Amino acid sequence: MLLSIQLQREFGALLLAAVAACVAWEDGDVWDYDGHKLKDSDFLALWPLPQKVQSSAVSFQLSASRFQFTHAEGSSAGSDCSILQNAFRRYFDYIFGFTKKDRDQRRRNAAGSEVLELQVAITSPDAECDGFPSLTSDESYELSVDQPSAVLKAPKVWGALRGLETFSQLVYEDAYGARNINKTGVSDFPRFAHRGVLLDSSRHYLPLKVILANLEAMAMNKYNVFHWHISDDQSFPYVSRMFPDLSQKGSYHPYTHVYTPADVKMVIEFARMRGIRVIAEFDTPGHTQSWGFGQKDLLTPCYTGSSPSGTYGPVNPILNTTYDFMAGFFKEISTVFPDAYVHLGGDEVDFSCWKSNPDIQKFMDQQGFGKDYSKLESFYIQRLLDIVSSTDKGYMVWQEVFDNGVKLKMDTLIHVWKGNEAQYQAEMARVTGAGYRTLLSTPWYLNRISYGQDWRDAYKADPCNFTGTDAQKKLVIGGEACLWGEYVDASNLTPRLWPRASAVAERLWSDQGVRDISDAYVRLVQHRCRMVERGIPAEPLFTGYCRHEYSGV
Amino acid sequence: MSSRCNLRFLIPGLALLLGGVPSVLAVWPQPQQIRNSAERYSLSARAFLFKHADVSAVRSGCDVLDQAFTRYFTLIFPESGGGGTGGAHNRYFWTEADPFTVEVNVAEGPCDGYPAEGSIENYKLTVSPGQAVLTSVTVWGALRGLESLSQLVEQDDYGAYYINKTEIEDFPRFQFRGLLLDTSRHYLPLQAILKTLDAMAYSKLNVFHWHIVDDPSFPYQSRKYPDLSKKGAYHPFTHIYTQTDVRRVIEHARLRGIRVLAEFDSPGHTQSWGNGQPSLLTPCYRGDVPSGTYGPVNPILDSTYVFMANLLKEVTSVFPDSYIHLGGDEVDFSCWKSNPDIKAFMKKMGFGSDFTKLESFYIIVNISTMLNRSSVVWQDVFDYHEINRPRYVVEVWKWGCYLCEVRRVTKAGHRVLLSAPWYINHISYGQDWRNSYTVQPQNFSGTEEQKKLVIGGEVCMWGEYVDATNLSPRLWPRACAAAERLWSDEVQTSSVDQAFPRLTDFRCRLLRRGIQAEPLYVGHCKNEYQGI
Repeated sequence: MLLSIQLQREFGALLLAAVAACVAWEDGDVWDYDGHKLKDSDFLALWPLPQKVQSSAVSFQLSASRFQFTHAEGSSAGSDCSILQNAFRRYFDYIFGFTKKDRDQRRRNAAGSEVLELQVAITSPDAECDGFPSLTSDESYELSVDQPSAVLKAPKVWGALRGLETFSQLVYEDAYGARNINKTGVSDFPRFAHRGVLLDSSRHYLPLKVILANLEAMAMNKYNVFHWHISDDQSFPYVSRMFPDLSQKGSYHPYTHVYTPADVKMVIEFARMRGIRVIAEFDTPGHTQSWGFGQKDLLTPCYTGSSPSGTYGPVNPILNTTYDFMAGFFKEISTVFPDAYVHLGGDEVDFSCWKSNPDIQKFMDQQGFGKDYSKLESFYIQRLLDIVSSTDKGYMVWQEVFDNGVKLKMDTLIHVWKGNEAQYQAEMARVTGAGYRTLLSTPWYLNRISYGQDWRDAYKADPCNFTGTDAQKKLVIGGEACLWGEYVDASNLTPRLWPRASAVAERLWSDQGVRDISDAYVRLVQHRCRMVERGIPAEPLFTGYCRHEYSGV
Repeated sequence: MSSRCNLRFLIPGLALLLGGVPSVLAVWPQPQQIRNSAERYSLSARAFLFKHADVSAVRSGCDVLDQAFTRYFTLIFPESGGGGTGGAHNRYFWTEADPFTVEVNVAEGPCDGYPAEGSIENYKLTVSPGQAVLTSVTVWGALRGLESLSQLVEQDDYGAYYINKTEIEDFPRFQFRGLLLDTSRHYLPLQAILKTLDAMAYSKLNVFHWHIVDDPSFPYQSRKYPDLSKKGAYHPFTHIYTQTDVRRVIEHARLRGIRVLAEFDSPGHTQSWGNGQPSLLTPCYRGDVPSGTYGPVNPILDSTYVFMANLLKEVTSVFPDSYIHLGGDEVDFSCWKSNPDIKAFMKKMGFGSDFTKLESFYIIVNISTMLNRSSVVWQDVFDYHEINRPRYVVEVWKWGCYLCEVRRVTKAGHRVLLSAPWYINHISYGQDWRNSYTVQPQNFSGTEEQKKLVIGGEVCMWGEYVDATNLSPRLWPRACAAAERLWSDEVQTSSVDQAFPRLTDFRCRLLRRGIQAEPLYVGHCKNEYQGI
């Protein structure tokens, strides 16, 4: 709580902007400089659509040999800002990737029709170049494209990153292969502060390269949270410094199918460079079969009749050793993952094993829980939350923890994932009604596939569509696209996720009024080709082609 | 088909003795007869040799086998990196005196031909101490045997290669085991097609059905009518198949014992043809005036038939296979109905208002152009109930009671290809390969003669939602389910649950070979996919 109050003091105004998400913003349309409303796909294939765009038909050229990114005079970030320096190189490659070196020399136009530089100005005194993005990071930016200089203004580097992405999306290739950009003004900020993608590296191990490629794709879609569902029943690939046996014995392979501390660091830094937070999930007390191999007595022994059956259930909540272990483990996690939040899971706890175990039953009696095993779960979660609180971290939990009536601190983030549309909307209403902040995933379980354009359903869903007061709506901090790993690994993850996750990205970034699906289709088709051109094997939406097809076969 | 040999005809004692024969049984598709024992022989890339048997009708210089030796050497010993090791004229430096020898004995040549209808793919493989003997009637059978051999090789925990004592006697249940790719709805780069051919060979599929053109684009660059691709492709230079490309596909396929069946679908599905061939398509009318849109091929003009005859003549000279697919599906009659000239023609021909007669008329002219070729058509053509049907192969593709259709078609004496249950472009959540696996292509009431008319089937990957970005993981290993159904004995392979661990294993093998095959369920492969 202390932490969040402090943050609020520091970023009070920004918090206001972030929580205004569910209140319609009227300028979600694209206007030209003469005040005519444009169909947003007339000139642009921006994705996600910025809050406010003014565009014109006046076009300028960009030359690979002359164009530069520069730090504007007076910017609080300079050439020692590695986030921006790296981003400049990245976006230069994106913009000029397919240009032959001397092609533009031939076509040098009269002076005045070329954008020679993009000046980047970080306007607040602390650019946060060396910081980590957070739930309250300011991602707003203003972009003005004109000749000879385009200007990108943002209070923090995080907004500059989003603006660079938009700038790169404004550049298009003409019939000669030269790069052009139209006179444009953009004023932009995210509708929701938490825009996440969940990857599951337990059901299938995901090689580092795959995770990094998806962080790249996330940045192209202005996502800002990588929810790393790193362990689960099937395997424990996280190499713990304190408890190395967890991965040594619980991963698919102790050397080839693990994430070493160096790997984790690399993911976090790679994400930071793109303004993406890494929220680790260590799901307990269920979904922990793989933990049991490397941590004796952690799991509950199940019984058949009066003797142990040899199988194990959820974490054993009645032993002090369990809590000692959790305290040590989460202390490590709190130092390894810099984000202010950790996801504690808490979903789908199967009570049958607890029910079978006589020691658990005895404990239930002692505690006066009767036959209500959700009380035992609450007992466990309660103690776990206390442990995690002591590490100065905030926590996210799956909705069951709230549903089961666990006493939660008011800064807990409740992650809604269950039910049909009516059910998740009712849940959002209940959670926010109780005063908790929440984020939505139910309509965005992208591991579920079907034939045809299912991105449309993802696009239509809105986290604010539930019955509740404005105050309740303000508690919705965003959502996450989830790609659970039962049927997904390195071989098919990227095309399955993209561009379907792009649909969710626009829902979470753009104004609530941006809902025209046929317009979205036109833009998304181009956006997916842009991702393909940048090396992301994003699958097609429908029949058609990209100028530069995927060449990574 | 009766079960010729029981899979469980192993030597259980031996297996138990040495702790079981783990994944050694994972030859996919399941051979007709296989006997493994737990006795194993270690293999080394430095002491491994393919050679032609003295009595073989085929010698060094047979490119199909020479190249297969090189290929399979690398598949068996991935770390060796290929690079000219292996092969019949092996110049490898031996560090061991007695290499493990794979002796290949082919009864009949030639080597320079194409796999064809009726090519005999039978083979016998015996693995014993120090050697394997592979005998077959044709080189195509030898290719199948080499594939099985490569799948018998395993790596132990120390990375050492070994093969178990094995005897296989194998032949395909169906002679036609196809896979359709659609290069019109999305252009597939050549590399994607060649990769698919590689994976087809691993699953013993033997026909690449190339649905090369359709409404959205015409990527085939015709010698005679270059405007077709120039104006009908997505892009006239980057999104086409040149004659060289086509030859490369055919040769890549031939070397793997795969036929290439080209489909030029008409009279429907031809919108893209119209851009480069004026007056080929029927002008649609709104009331008395042309609406500016076009319908199917115009079947009442002589120029149409001249064009089709020329195009098909070119196609038959480019594609050597004895089959040609003429399409004939999903013709929308509304445009024909709107056109006054067509109506006049209908009247003249006495077709009344039955437009199926008009389509039949068109198709029959085309089929009769195809002298010396077997025409394949989609079931729609058969369904028109034309009395004087020419001989053709009917591809049954419509969902519903597809076996009812198979019964009707075979009753009329036509050969049948089944693809209705194998439209694997249709995806759903979970293990949908199981549905493909449990198909029984001959499970309809009919005579033995009728059953024999079912010559095989095809896995279809239509292109609406598929291009180079997602083709491979969507195809593999899902297409493997149909591959086993079409190759293996149905009784031996009736259990989908028994297939699961074998297919899981085979999928990891595909990954190891660089095929981007997706997982069946949770788990891992020793060598995960290394791309993104």
